Amino acid sequence: MIAIDELHKSFGSVRALKGVSFTALDGRITGLLGPNGAGKSTTLRTLATLLKPDAGGGRVDGHDILRESLEVRRRLGVLPHSAGIYPNLTGRENINYFGALHGLAPALIEQRVEELLTLLEMRDFADRRAKGYSQGERLKVAIARALVHSPRNVVLDEPTTGLDVMATRALRSLVRRLRGDGHCVLLSSHVMQEVGELCDDVVIIARGVVVAQGTPEEIRQRSGTATLEDAFVNAIGSGEGLE
Amino acid sequence: MRALATVWRKELIENFRDRRTLVSALVFGPLFGPFMFAVLIGLLLDKTVSESDQKVELAVAGSVHAPNLVRFLEDHDVAVTRVELDVERARAAIRESTHRLVLLIPEEYPERLRSGLPAPLKLVSDASDNQTGKYSARVRQLLGAYAGQLGSSRLLARGVSPDVMQPIVLDDIDVSTPAGRALLVLGMMTYFILFAMLMGGLYLAIDATAGERERGSLEPLLTVPVPRQTLIYGKVLAACCYMLVSLAVTLFAFEIGLALVPLEALGMTANFDTVVALKVFLVAAPFVLLGAALMTVVASFTRSYREAQSYLTVVLLIPTLPILFAGLYSLKPNTWLMAIPSLSQHLLMTSLLRDESLDPLHLVVSVAATLAAGLAMTWVAGRLYQREAILG
Repeated sequence: MIAIDELHKSFGSVRALKGVSFTALDGRITGLLGPNGAGKSTTLRTLATLLKPDAGGGRVDGHDILRESLEVRRRLGVLPHSAGIYPNLTGRENINYFGALHGLAPALIEQRVEELLTLLEMRDFADRRAKGYSQGERLKVAIARALVHSPRNVVLDEPTTGLDVMATRALRSLVRRLRGDGHCVLLSSHVMQEVGELCDDVVIIARGVVVAQGTPEEIRQRSGTATLEDAFVNAIGSGEGLE
Repeated sequence: MRALATVWRKELIENFRDRRTLVSALVFGPLFGPFMFAVLIGLLLDKTVSESDQKVELAVAGSVHAPNLVRFLEDHDVAVTRVELDVERARAAIRESTHRLVLLIPEEYPERLRSGLPAPLKLVSDASDNQTGKYSARVRQLLGAYAGQLGSSRLLARGVSPDVMQPIVLDDIDVSTPAGRALLVLGMMTYFILFAMLMGGLYLAIDATAGERERGSLEPLLTVPVPRQTLIYGKVLAACCYMLVSLAVTLFAFEIGLALVPLEALGMTANFDTVVALKVFLVAAPFVLLGAALMTVVASFTRSYREAQSYLTVVLLIPTLPILFAGLYSLKPNTWLMAIPSLSQHLLMTSLLRDESLDPLHLVVSVAATLAAGLAMTWVAGRLYQREAILG
């Protein structure tokens, strides 16, 4: 479970977050929806303990993101927006490396990697150098790397950007599967349709504040609009960033 | 500790598979120095050794007319070849390079000499030939000396002191002794050693921050439950290993290259053998940590791989500065100077190359000061990794 509480963060004179609060529950897919530049990545980076908030905080499974950052990192599987992998290592070695950095025993790493290679259908290319991988293959390695330590909470920052239809479908089915296994899944997107279709809960964020949250149905009803898209436009106050 | 080893091992493997890293660390860096050095030494030896030590080859025509002169020349390291040539044939011989220098002694030489009249000699050479210039100057000098001797004895015979003919005594002091020139070369040699060492870790240092950031692998890396400084320490350690290998390859290349050069002529130890190479390795090795950490620190301020590359090229020059000072002020090793990294390595290596014994205190101070600076710089690198700006 992920709880974010009144996050504030500025970069120089730019106020990126102005009091962001929300909760993402276990066994549910929570979508962080907002136009480009709304503060989605900053929120997720702060959650992943990569950035320190100016004020506010958060908890992952009850562990404070400021004071227990190592424990929080252990409980999070993070797929950042730019998830590069090492081109001179094979896909398998890329995943092994992160398993080892998470402190897993070699036997456990091997077992987990075998599971993930099957789950993500990576066997054809896992033992080739990553240099020649396609976009989809690279993303699979990055996801496997984020999941190697079986994290309870999974954070995906704009995971479907740049993926083709098949890769997007595969990713969605993986996310649903994680939910089925009781994981807390938090993903960000600027694509409204994707969030509406995939997510159980939606948090709409614009200009550094949360402007609406609830199930897609609740958000639609509350704003009194016919579709979630209208509700989204209503909530952020303009049509900017919609695709 | 386990995480440190994990990072270290991964960096070793990954960079070993990168051809650019490998070529610059193990081929270009280590071989550039010895190659340049061999060329320079070759030029230097040509200038210093051949001038004074090599025999001057001189063809003499009409040697029967001046046996004393010929003996005098032979006594002064001139290899005299007795030939029968007239002026025309001598010219042709020079033009066709059969001879470099021909001295013609005409028939009237003994006659004129006996009568106390100026005796004519002809020296045939090609002044446009650089090599010949040195030799003909030498021969001319010897002939002058011989003439001086004769002149003195004639004055003495007439009861006049030869000093009358010597209003000035010029004492020519040539500072550019072979050893003096060698000092410059030694400075370059120690720099080449430090340069090759830094080259070995260059790409690893770039990769640690700018490279990871450009590939987008830095952010995922920082989400693992390992303190950030541990990650950077592992990377610095991996860079150190590559640098040590570079250093070893460099010294090996020097050992092979210099085996063919008469170093003692330049005031260096005659044998740059395995023992000396090993000592130089041990003296230079402490600089590795400082170099790796310094390059990592500089690279962490840059935004891209290219930017890092251009800044680090400047870092490669930093070790030259103390060496330059040492050369300008001809610094001699003392305990205080041993506290300055790169300068202390330069001075110690120079002593080793000259086959001088090292002061154990100097050694201790150099190792301790350099390692301390290296640890401090590594700590700084770790601190820089804590900044949020590291994400770019």
